[in-house]
Amino acid sequence: MTSVAERPAVTPVDAPVSRPVEVKIRRYNPEVSEDVTWVTYTVEAFPTDRVLNLLMKIKGEQDGTLTFRRSCAHGVCGSDAMRINGVNRLACKVLMKDLPDRLTIEPIKGLPVEKDLVVDMEPFFEAYRAVKPFLITGGNEPSKEWLQSQADRDRFDDTTKCILCAACTTSCPVFWTDGSYFGPAAIVNAHRFIFDSRDQGAEERLEILNDREGVWRCRTTFNCTEACPRGIQITKAIAEVKQALLFRRV
Amino acid sequence: MQNHKYDVVIVGAGGAGMRAALESSGRARTAVLTKLYPTRSHTGAAQGGMCAALANVEEDNWEWHTFDTVKGGDYLVDQDAAEVMCKEAIDAVLDLERMGLPFNRTPAGRIDQRRFGGHTRNHGEAPVRRSCYAADRTGHMILQTLYQNCVKQGVEFYNEFYVLDLLMTPNAEGVEVASGVVAYELASGEIHVFNAKSVVLATGGFGKVFKTTSNAHTLTGDGMGVVWRKGLPLEDMEFFQFHPTGLAGLGILLSEAARGEGAILRNADGERFMERYAPTIKDLAPRDIVARSMANEVREGRGAGPHKDYVLLDLTHLPKEQIDSKLPDITEFARTYLGVEPYTEPVPVYPTAHYAMGGVPTNIEAEVLRNNTDVVPGLYAAGEVACVSVHGSNRLGTNSLLDINVFGRRAGIAAAEYALKADLPDLPPDPQVMVEGMVTKLLTSTGTEKVNTIRTELQNTMDRNAQVFRTEESLGEAERDIAALRDRYENVAISDKGKRYNSDLLEAIELGFLLDLAEVLVISARNRKESRGGHAREDYLERDDANYMQHTMAYRSEDGGVNLDWKPVVVTRYQPMARKY
Repeated sequence: MTSVAERPAVTPVDAPVSRPVEVKIRRYNPEVSEDVTWVTYTVEAFPTDRVLNLLMKIKGEQDGTLTFRRSCAHGVCGSDAMRINGVNRLACKVLMKDLPDRLTIEPIKGLPVEKDLVVDMEPFFEAYRAVKPFLITGGNEPSKEWLQSQADRDRFDDTTKCILCAACTTSCPVFWTDGSYFGPAAIVNAHRFIFDSRDQGAEERLEILNDREGVWRCRTTFNCTEACPRGIQITKAIAEVKQALLFRRV
Repeated sequence: MQNHKYDVVIVGAGGAGMRAALESSGRARTAVLTKLYPTRSHTGAAQGGMCAALANVEEDNWEWHTFDTVKGGDYLVDQDAAEVMCKEAIDAVLDLERMGLPFNRTPAGRIDQRRFGGHTRNHGEAPVRRSCYAADRTGHMILQTLYQNCVKQGVEFYNEFYVLDLLMTPNAEGVEVASGVVAYELASGEIHVFNAKSVVLATGGFGKVFKTTSNAHTLTGDGMGVVWRKGLPLEDMEFFQFHPTGLAGLGILLSEAARGEGAILRNADGERFMERYAPTIKDLAPRDIVARSMANEVREGRGAGPHKDYVLLDLTHLPKEQIDSKLPDITEFARTYLGVEPYTEPVPVYPTAHYAMGGVPTNIEAEVLRNNTDVVPGLYAAGEVACVSVHGSNRLGTNSLLDINVFGRRAGIAAAEYALKADLPDLPPDPQVMVEGMVTKLLTSTGTEKVNTIRTELQNTMDRNAQVFRTEESLGEAERDIAALRDRYENVAISDKGKRYNSDLLEAIELGFLLDLAEVLVISARNRKESRGGHAREDYLERDDANYMQHTMAYRSEDGGVNLDWKPVVVTRYQPMARKY
């Protein structure tokens, strides 16, 4: 029997070589100063490192005061949306092999910055809650499940993928200039229910989205679709909601 | 300091916490405290499905499901609890569907079901289609659906509130009852005391004691740690599940649903090696068996890759359309993180620390036990933090999503009903003092040790010595390493001394819990001189029912050490049998 000491360690595939990367981060902590500073850290990065790995190395080894949110580290919890070289990404879903040797990292735009890369998410969740993001049904509940054909289920499949990371909403130029615009994520979550054959709340939701801060503010810049880490066709979903409003038909 | 009063306080807003909240908030005034935002909870990372004997696609019944759960748990399962779970599974799935969960559908429009490891027809004859699923993001859809319904119901959340202490007060009979919790608000650094009639713990697991893990960075066992420090027991902590298919080197989970859909594990020679280890159900054997088989292939030199240190998950024979519709997320993980195209290339995989079968002992009403028989009035636990014990020594795939829904619901109802009858207990004197002390000590420490260094060394020793295979020697080494790290932790210091979003402080506190729980795990494992389920001792290869068919109960001693005791397993209908698949 092999002893424990002889057991081979698991190493990444194609054991890669590291390179030094300059990471420039927007720092802000009103407890210390109202001024924003930019601090550059140099850190060794492997091609398979996620940007989140770099941030954790900086926090763990160089500067424990660097503050950011993170949890699952593989793109499903939505904690670590940030602007990386000017583009909204999840830090845990972008690998160093796809990035240059200089990174600029900032918090997502349009939400109040609390500290470093941490923003106040409350306005974002407020917009989400406003569109009634839950199944609305009437009449008698079935004794078992609601029946739904797979085709009807597929109708809203794309928008069920949303993880509420805010990458889309905070990439939207309309949202940057008018924070009271619902923003793409809220519309995506309205879409998820409007096009669910079991749901009977489409009218109420469409009325909410017909508001002046609603779906008509969208200028179809496609930033949201490009920013979405889940690959949701957001602009298409918004267009479908607009059409449903025009023709009052889902 | 701020004070709050509620009937029910729920700690944790993953599946178990929110399922509890949906029951409790309609009955009693309820607050849900989470150190994250609810939708960031790790329930959202669960992929493959939630089993229930709906029999929508083939014959099935809850008794078969119960048998599979008991056998899968290698007969350490409390069979009364497993019966409750498997019976209530059916309503649990239907409840979720009626709340809006978008399950995949059969041609008749019913909830579709697929195969999963260890779930069989008629007591092991063949795999059965029992897992109800929404592509390979079932956990995500459960988390979203529960959160959506919490929004609908107006559940009151305290987001980014980190609970650091459980409050207990003696009642008129001198019995300690739950009286609330103390929380640290991340945004402000302020301490909040919540006085409550009942408390539900739903804080999840502690996978971050290991280096290679599918768990989120935030899974640091805080709920178990808080309970442990109050002198309450932890049950079966040696049983930790290593999920067979983590992305090699990274630990990111690739659902068992891949094998449920027909994917095959192969070694470097291309051999379907599970045929040798589990001739009947092969790749769909329970996780402990598959993980050990994979580790064995690697150490016997049949691993793949430049270092022969992983095996391959082969999906290349599956139709593209099936992969895209049933397994879209996990195939994207393989592309994103390993640069492997699962349509045409096999995916490198190796076992990854995944799930704590053990935890805070409860009965089937989700009441927390202070010993083998007595409960702590007003204190409840559900989900991975709890050990009810429906998973025994090895959890079957999908049964965790089931557990959080069934026992989360039960905890919410029980906590609210208790609160409706109880008076608000007095708080202990200076309830905040322990947390204030803990926070102040770390903020003012002038020590030289770093959180990151100690955590890394802890995770390394746990991976090296307490993973899939264990021996007296390896566990002894882990125990010594942990003891040394605990000493060094006394000298830990942090750089961020501020009050605002001090995640540096938070990580230091979390590390304290990880060290406590790793120690309990290793000492419990050392004491169990047999191999059962997820606990494989190379120096004690056989299951030993005469001596060890009982639960480990660990208690913190006065001097901070670990005292061990046993608790009988509840057996109702299944006597232990040899576990062959």
